[in-house]
Amino acid sequence: MSLLQSTQFRSDPAASATRRAFLRAWPDFQNPAAWIVALILVIMPLIASGFFLIEIFATTLILGVIALSLMFLAGYGGMVSLMQLTIAGFAGYMVAVFGVSGNANISLGWPWWLATPMALALATLFGTLGGALAVRTEGIYTIMITLAIGAAFYYFTNQNWAIFNGHTGINTVATPHFWGVDWRADIAFYYVTLGVAAICYFAVQYVSRAPFGLALQGVRDNSRRMAALGFNPNAHRIAAYAFAAFIAGLGGVLQVWNYRQISPGSVSVGACIDILIIAVVGGITRPIGPFIGAFIFVLLRTFALDVLIKFGLDGNRFRLLIGLGFLAIVFWSSDGVIGLWERWRQRNKSTATRRSGGHHG
Amino acid sequence: MDSVAHRLSAVGAGAALELRGVTRLFGALAALTDVTITVRPGERRAVLGSNGAGKTTLFNCITGDFPPSSGTIRFFGEDITQFPPYERIRRGLRRTYQISALFPGLTVHDNVYLACRGVSRGRFSFLRPGQTDALMHATESLVQAVHLTAVKDQRVAELAHGQQRQLEIALALAGAPRFILFDEPAAGLSPTERRELIEILTSLPAHIGYIIIEHDMDVALRVVESVTMMHNGRVFKEGLPREIESDPEVQELYLGGGHE
Repeated sequence: MSLLQSTQFRSDPAASATRRAFLRAWPDFQNPAAWIVALILVIMPLIASGFFLIEIFATTLILGVIALSLMFLAGYGGMVSLMQLTIAGFAGYMVAVFGVSGNANISLGWPWWLATPMALALATLFGTLGGALAVRTEGIYTIMITLAIGAAFYYFTNQNWAIFNGHTGINTVATPHFWGVDWRADIAFYYVTLGVAAICYFAVQYVSRAPFGLALQGVRDNSRRMAALGFNPNAHRIAAYAFAAFIAGLGGVLQVWNYRQISPGSVSVGACIDILIIAVVGGITRPIGPFIGAFIFVLLRTFALDVLIKFGLDGNRFRLLIGLGFLAIVFWSSDGVIGLWERWRQRNKSTATRRSGGHHG
Repeated sequence: MDSVAHRLSAVGAGAALELRGVTRLFGALAALTDVTITVRPGERRAVLGSNGAGKTTLFNCITGDFPPSSGTIRFFGEDITQFPPYERIRRGLRRTYQISALFPGLTVHDNVYLACRGVSRGRFSFLRPGQTDALMHATESLVQAVHLTAVKDQRVAELAHGQQRQLEIALALAGAPRFILFDEPAAGLSPTERRELIEILTSLPAHIGYIIIEHDMDVALRVVESVTMMHNGRVFKEGLPREIESDPEVQELYLGGGHE
């Protein structure tokens, strides 16, 4: 592969160096498939019905954003956090509590442009505090602590009526209307989620090559050496939790706007684990992985029911399919679907070069 | 105490590194016992001793990887005994590791860039460095200084052992080091690579002092002006290279002691 590149760029070394640096920084821009996917996503409202737009694509993008926050922590920081959905749910609850909802005795009735930043700030604070606890541990203990935070929050929302309205949750949450547009209308909301998902995706990609992201990967690879280079590894880990919490919070805000309600069921332990499954199935080595994982998850959740019923099985067994898929991925491709895809392309490429090599020889 | 050792440790306040009564226990095992060493700024010293003599533990205490159980460590007059490692590094202390401690998932360039960034501002920067960034220049020249320009875009996991050792040294030279601890930098190097290593060490600016742990006496005694001999976690002898080399006790313990 390096041979191919060097012949390709031989013409002008200075320009090629700049170009190479650019392509390494933004690998998507050289990939025609990425352009095609982007184009399809942008013109989606012309192709898809309202059901597909919201139930499939917007839901995929929202779950993808939440799973992206886990991918950032796990892929670049080596920290598997099971509380990312909890942070998203907390942001959703805060939108409902500070904003306008059907539960007037709870909601403070702030306009959305005040309630949303407040919710994001509090969610980031929540994630940072949780992270500050979690970074004192490593590996399985990080998973346990973040799972404990998730479980504690779930039971707390169930039992607290003053703020979280117990097991009924908060209903009829208002969504933004401005410039004469109802931003929860199918097409408008699809573009909102697409825009937020794109920003999060490129932000994660950008930060991964910025000093902060590089240092985080250094901490993942060898935290003791990072300290011997002048970095404070735990400060970097906590900052990573803060960044990831902000992204998860964005996903949570979109989610509460999508369903217009939030209840303890939205932040259950099962839902937390779904995010882990989405990220792992998609692949945690690249920011695109969580979105692919979310797409597979949403497709299975939506259609496996009908398919299973057609085969005379209980439709609720769709989790069985997801579970089997999860097992298959963990067994055969530890870096998820994108790992499978990359290896498949690598194999094709190597057979192609072998064939062309045969022609020359 | 003979006159040379006295001369070496009598520098006092102007010392680059001053260890006083440093002891490090691992459970009941004393890896270091009452170690007192003083090194002048710009001084280059070898620490010799058989395996288990406490050489690497000495380094770990100085850098704070493991803090000492008792005793004090001063770095250019400042008491750093309680500092976390990164605070010591930011004050100009550097080290290399006996077993390469690099970032295998990152490229050579990114490894060196991290080292440069670690001892400057903007460690948490969310902005990518431009091609004109001063640290990028520092990174390029450091990569060049250790002869790794040809492989600078390769992931460290793909490098040969000798190249990893050179990268290990580059990481310790980032920023403005005042004092460096080299832990067996020549381990596993070919004769050519050893010559390159000696060249790198002898061409360091005169104000940069270092301590080097090295089993290869050809390397060690050519790049230092003083020697500390350790045995069983204690300082056994201090002196000039030729004195140590010809000392009958040292020869019996270390050189003639069947080590390697």
